[in-house]
Amino acid sequence: MKPCNFDYFDPKTLEEVVVLMRQYGSDGKILAGGQSLVPLLNFRLAAPAALVDINKVKELDYVREVNGKLAIGALVRQRVLETSEAIRSKCGLLAETAEFIAHPQIRNRGTVVGSICHADPAAELPAIARALDAEMKVVGPDGERIIKAEDFFVTLMTTSMDPSELMVEVRLPTLGPRTGWAFEEFAIRHGDFAIVGVTAAVTLDEQKNCADARLAAIGVSEVPYRDSKVERLIMGQEISESLLDQAAHQMVEGVEPSTDLHASADQRKHLLRVLTKRALKKAAGRALKGFEKGRGKNA
Amino acid sequence: MPDELRTIQVTVNGTKYDRQVRCRKLLSDFIREDLRLVGTHVGCEHGICGACTVLFNGQTIRSCLMFAVQADGAEITTVEGLARGGQLHPLQEAFWENHGVQCGYCTPGFLLTALELLQRNPNPTEEEVRIGIAGNICRCTGYQHIIESVLAAAAKMGAKTV
Amino acid sequence: MSKTWIGKNVKRHEDPRLLTGRGTFVDDITLPNLYHAAILRSPHAHANILAIDASEALKYPGVVEVVTGEDVVQKTRPFSVVVKTPFKYYCAAVKKVRYVGEPVAVVVATDRYVAEDAAALVRVDYEPLPPVVDPEAALEPGAPILHEEVGNNISCHRLLDYGEVDRAFAEADLVLKERFVFPRYSSVPLETYAVIADYDSSSGVLTVWSNFMGPFTLHPVTAMALNIPENKLRFIIAKDIGGSFGIKSSIYPYIALIGLAAMKASRPVKWIEDRQEHLMASSSQTDRVSYREVAMRKDGTLLAIKTKIIDGVGAYLRAPEPATTFRPIGNYVGPYKVKNLRVDAYDMMTNKCPTGPNRGYGCHQIYFEQERMMDMAAEKLGLDPAEIRLRNFIPADAFPYVTPSGGIYDSGDYPKALKLALEMSQYEKLREEQKKARKEGRLFGIGIAVGVDPSVSNMGYITVAMPAEVRSQPEYLPKSGAVEAATVRMDPLGGVTVLMNSTPQGQGHETVVAQIIADELGVSPDDVVVVDDFDTSESPWSVSSGTYSSRFASVGTSAVVIAARKIKEKMFQIAAHTLKVSPQDLELGQGKIFVRQDPKRNISLKRVAGTAHWDLLRLPEGMEPGLEARGVFHFPMADAPDSKDRVNSSNTYGFMAEVAAVEVDRDSGQVKILKYISVHDAGTIINPKIVEGQIYGGALHGVAGALFEELVYDQEGQFLTGSFMDYLVPTAAEAPKLEIGHVCSPSPFTPLGSKGAGESSSETAPVLIANAVADALAPLGVKVTELPLTPKRVWALIHDSSSTEVGR
Ligand SMILES: Cc1cc2nc3c(=O)[nH]c(=O)nc-3n(C[C@H](O)[C@H](O)[C@H](O)COP(=O)(O)OP(=O)(O)OC[C@H]3O[C@@H](n4cnc5c(N)ncnc54)[C@H](O)[C@@H]3O)c2cc1C
Ligand code: FES
Ligand code: FES
Repeated sequence: MKPCNFDYFDPKTLEEVVVLMRQYGSDGKILAGGQSLVPLLNFRLAAPAALVDINKVKELDYVREVNGKLAIGALVRQRVLETSEAIRSKCGLLAETAEFIAHPQIRNRGTVVGSICHADPAAELPAIARALDAEMKVVGPDGERIIKAEDFFVTLMTTSMDPSELMVEVRLPTLGPRTGWAFEEFAIRHGDFAIVGVTAAVTLDEQKNCADARLAAIGVSEVPYRDSKVERLIMGQEISESLLDQAAHQMVEGVEPSTDLHASADQRKHLLRVLTKRALKKAAGRALKGFEKGRGKNA
Repeated sequence: MPDELRTIQVTVNGTKYDRQVRCRKLLSDFIREDLRLVGTHVGCEHGICGACTVLFNGQTIRSCLMFAVQADGAEITTVEGLARGGQLHPLQEAFWENHGVQCGYCTPGFLLTALELLQRNPNPTEEEVRIGIAGNICRCTGYQHIIESVLAAAAKMGAKTV
Repeated sequence: MSKTWIGKNVKRHEDPRLLTGRGTFVDDITLPNLYHAAILRSPHAHANILAIDASEALKYPGVVEVVTGEDVVQKTRPFSVVVKTPFKYYCAAVKKVRYVGEPVAVVVATDRYVAEDAAALVRVDYEPLPPVVDPEAALEPGAPILHEEVGNNISCHRLLDYGEVDRAFAEADLVLKERFVFPRYSSVPLETYAVIADYDSSSGVLTVWSNFMGPFTLHPVTAMALNIPENKLRFIIAKDIGGSFGIKSSIYPYIALIGLAAMKASRPVKWIEDRQEHLMASSSQTDRVSYREVAMRKDGTLLAIKTKIIDGVGAYLRAPEPATTFRPIGNYVGPYKVKNLRVDAYDMMTNKCPTGPNRGYGCHQIYFEQERMMDMAAEKLGLDPAEIRLRNFIPADAFPYVTPSGGIYDSGDYPKALKLALEMSQYEKLREEQKKARKEGRLFGIGIAVGVDPSVSNMGYITVAMPAEVRSQPEYLPKSGAVEAATVRMDPLGGVTVLMNSTPQGQGHETVVAQIIADELGVSPDDVVVVDDFDTSESPWSVSSGTYSSRFASVGTSAVVIAARKIKEKMFQIAAHTLKVSPQDLELGQGKIFVRQDPKRNISLKRVAGTAHWDLLRLPEGMEPGLEARGVFHFPMADAPDSKDRVNSSNTYGFMAEVAAVEVDRDSGQVKILKYISVHDAGTIINPKIVEGQIYGGALHGVAGALFEELVYDQEGQFLTGSFMDYLVPTAAEAPKLEIGHVCSPSPFTPLGSKGAGESSSETAPVLIANAVADALAPLGVKVTELPLTPKRVWALIHDSSSTEVGR
């Protein structure tokens, strides 16, 4: 299991990366953390003519808050999700979810953006990107553009980026005190890709009703799954057990998961229903806590 | 297509090496074949077993999922770098005393993983140890003695720093 | 002999090197001018090879040689195997491929990267044929046939009948019949196969470094396949082997293949199997379908067992197969006193990887049927699963006990062990907890499993695969015995060196041998050097050498004891001669030999050793100079099968009794092990930690088979689990925490009373967990007859039974 030969580049600036990607187009591949790409190379399931290693492009290694959004550069490792105070306080969902992603050795190297670009249908970060309407800042030969999460994931391991494009940053909204969040997943072993995972973010209004609800699921379709019907069902409502049940049932309406080695379609649907409810409940519970805390402060 | 060669400089266990490598050579192969540091083992070459774990600029990584060229300028610690002056590292001692080793093939990876784990969390619970080493596979021990070894090492290392 | 060191947790001698990265595994060895091989493998389960064109590969820079089936037929012979079924198993595909992953060509190049590049350039034209992947389907008329010369897919069939089975069934109060399916899972050591072959054309010697683990019966098999005289095939086994658990017995076809490549390339060649190759095409246990019938009395007495087993041995029956079927033949009845047994065994060739030993070899399969069936019978009869077992155990005063199929159980106290396990588990309390859990709608289950753990295979058992008529032919060489040798040497300064040939794979032999020597010779274990480097041209070895069938603790240690005692006797003679007393008056202690009545009269061991080496004229008359002795131990009761197919297939028989509690998650189907009690009787224990380590490892291996691991093929024979993403090896996060208990019934047949313990829980864990899960699911009225109990399978069991269930 050794990789095929390739041309290797390790530019130091974004500009050089763009030039190289223009040159190689679909024959080239960005090498970020390598935690998904290198296994594919070792199995010879991928054999790009060139690898453009972005690990030396230090300008891509940042976590910033810009206009109320958290901007995570392409070199930020998944490990940083656990250690960064900014991320923990502004988007705790990311910090908590990191533990579901593989193991420390992988997270030390794998990048947040790389995971989103890889678009594995069972990966956690794409679900968060989809649920929170992340924006993907990509740069290509024709310059820069922003792709919305809903337009980003096309199908299994496929995004709407052009092969010559590079994603430089993902932008995620920061989550306020009245927003609660959760990531619930079932995986067979600790650190495995999810069989099914659901992420939820619930924001409460002054009346403790749901002002905003976001849900995305993985492991049930080729891209992170989101259903606006479910979200609309909850919005404006007071969170109740029966509402959660309704939402959970609605969530499985539109999915047609497949059966594979490790799970059946029916099992996935069942898990989707169960995890949706759990995630919503936990998110709502957290939102409520934040709400109470906030009120305590105001009083 | 002939392989492209690059010259890299790496520091491994405190020793500087200048070597020419082919760009597609995996870091694990480089450490074993070019540097002849054969304590780093290879068990899967797809990132799951953890046998190839080394410290890369102070953090654990899978050396089978990196290319040697990427290590240019880096500092690496392998299992050979743990004992100093013939004195076993407390972790190694703990593995010895608690029968944390059977065939020894997984051992280097576990040692380096446990080292990072204890640096981050010097006093872990058993459950935290289990989760912390879940990125490494051992086929011999059923993990029980390894877990006991890591807990014993935590006690030892804690005692030392006090 | 004082037991100062035996029974102690002596820290392992192997560890300092392994902890510091100074072990020597095969891949750590390099030779001058070494070349590297990559193997091109079949993508088809079954196909004719129409043509192979290696010209492009040969042109690729760095490539020196390509070996194909044509070289294989010209230069090698098919591997021999115990049965005479006329299929041909070569070290690579000849004209036809019969499983996905079968070697088709070997590319030899300057390094592995280049070799893999070039392997992709070898062009093979295949004509796909319909495959047969299920062992039961392979038996059906009209099934695709793998080997035309055989005419069907049966590689071996035996009907073995012991006692009066039909009568027992006629007299039974209860007859139960069930179909069981036991999957393929494997050893999956962390170190894969590794071979370096170097052919010296001037001497005609082929030297092979590998991590082969024995049995060395396979050395002549390999030599014959390579057309090399046995003494010109030199096996060197790396000092350290990264685990095996049975599978590294089956490396020898690759030794032959890489040996052939080295001969053709006239260069030393290294081949390191990668993980994908290992999962796909090294070896595994058989996949088995069985139909078991039991006859019981109302009171729970087991009267008779009938089982029809259909083992899938893969594309070729490969030695030591069909041992999965026959290795446990003497202990087929397990710990039960039942007298009547019928085994109708088929070994079916299917389009899958050939099979071989895997920890527990043959035992976990039969105990799966047996212990599941005991639970099913208990339920029918309204008995507690513990009670039905206690009623059927061979009583403690019946040892040595002869089983209906010829096994001679050396010692044991099965009721005591099970009772200890029940006590440790707080069985009654667990049952209370279960009641409570069930009221809350939780799926909580308790499982019990017991098993007899055979160790040290009798070399003759496998001939049971041949009908008695064939075995009784005058030209047939019967096989019997189980032997091991060790050499102990004391140097002129009193240091002790022991030469072993046990090819350990992590079992700590160097340490255990040092402990035994320390007690036998009154030295410290730290002063004993144990050399366990195996080299067929230098080591004292026998065809039964190796570390397999848990043999070291009984046969290896016994050889050490014999050799040590020989040396000791000689030292006493020298001391007696010097001190002018009779050897009977002497005693050993504190590095000295002294006169029992007058300890002041003594002589140091060092001086005795010095005398033996340097002062030869002071030796008793006629004594051979030097201090070296070879000990050979062999079991007298390991006879060839008799005319009624009875055979004592192993030589010592340990026992394990286990209790587990599990909870099943209704929503995911995941099984969580809450408690795992494991009680063992391995006779005298030399190093408790090492034994514990074996139990922990064996148990997790069995749990892995019960819950996680399976080598899966689809209907087309495509292999689906070629990576660790799909073949799910449990990690520390999934491993249960065991509590171990011991009962000690020393073996009367070994000098130290020790028995094997290397496989132990791997034999019971699969059914233990299955029984616990079955118990958890009992309120749903579903049957558990198949492994692995993955979330997917368990979920289906739960939800097909109660589709109205809604999640929380
Ligand atoms: C054992 C193991 C277990 C794992 N378990 C999980 C898990 O449970 N959950 C999970 O989500 N992931 C898991 N992963 C995958 C891991 O999270 C990867 O790190 C991640 O999928 C990819 O990130 P990377 O930085 O390593 O990307 P790389 O592997 O370098 O790249 C992945 C792909 O994305 C492209 N790419 C990367 N960065 C960019 C960019 N900036 N612009 C354009 N294209 C880019 C690459 O060209 C490549 O095609 C696991 C990996 C391993 C080895
Ligand atoms: S060899 Fe690198 S993780 Fe297995
Ligand atoms: S000790 Fe053998 S794999 Fe861990």
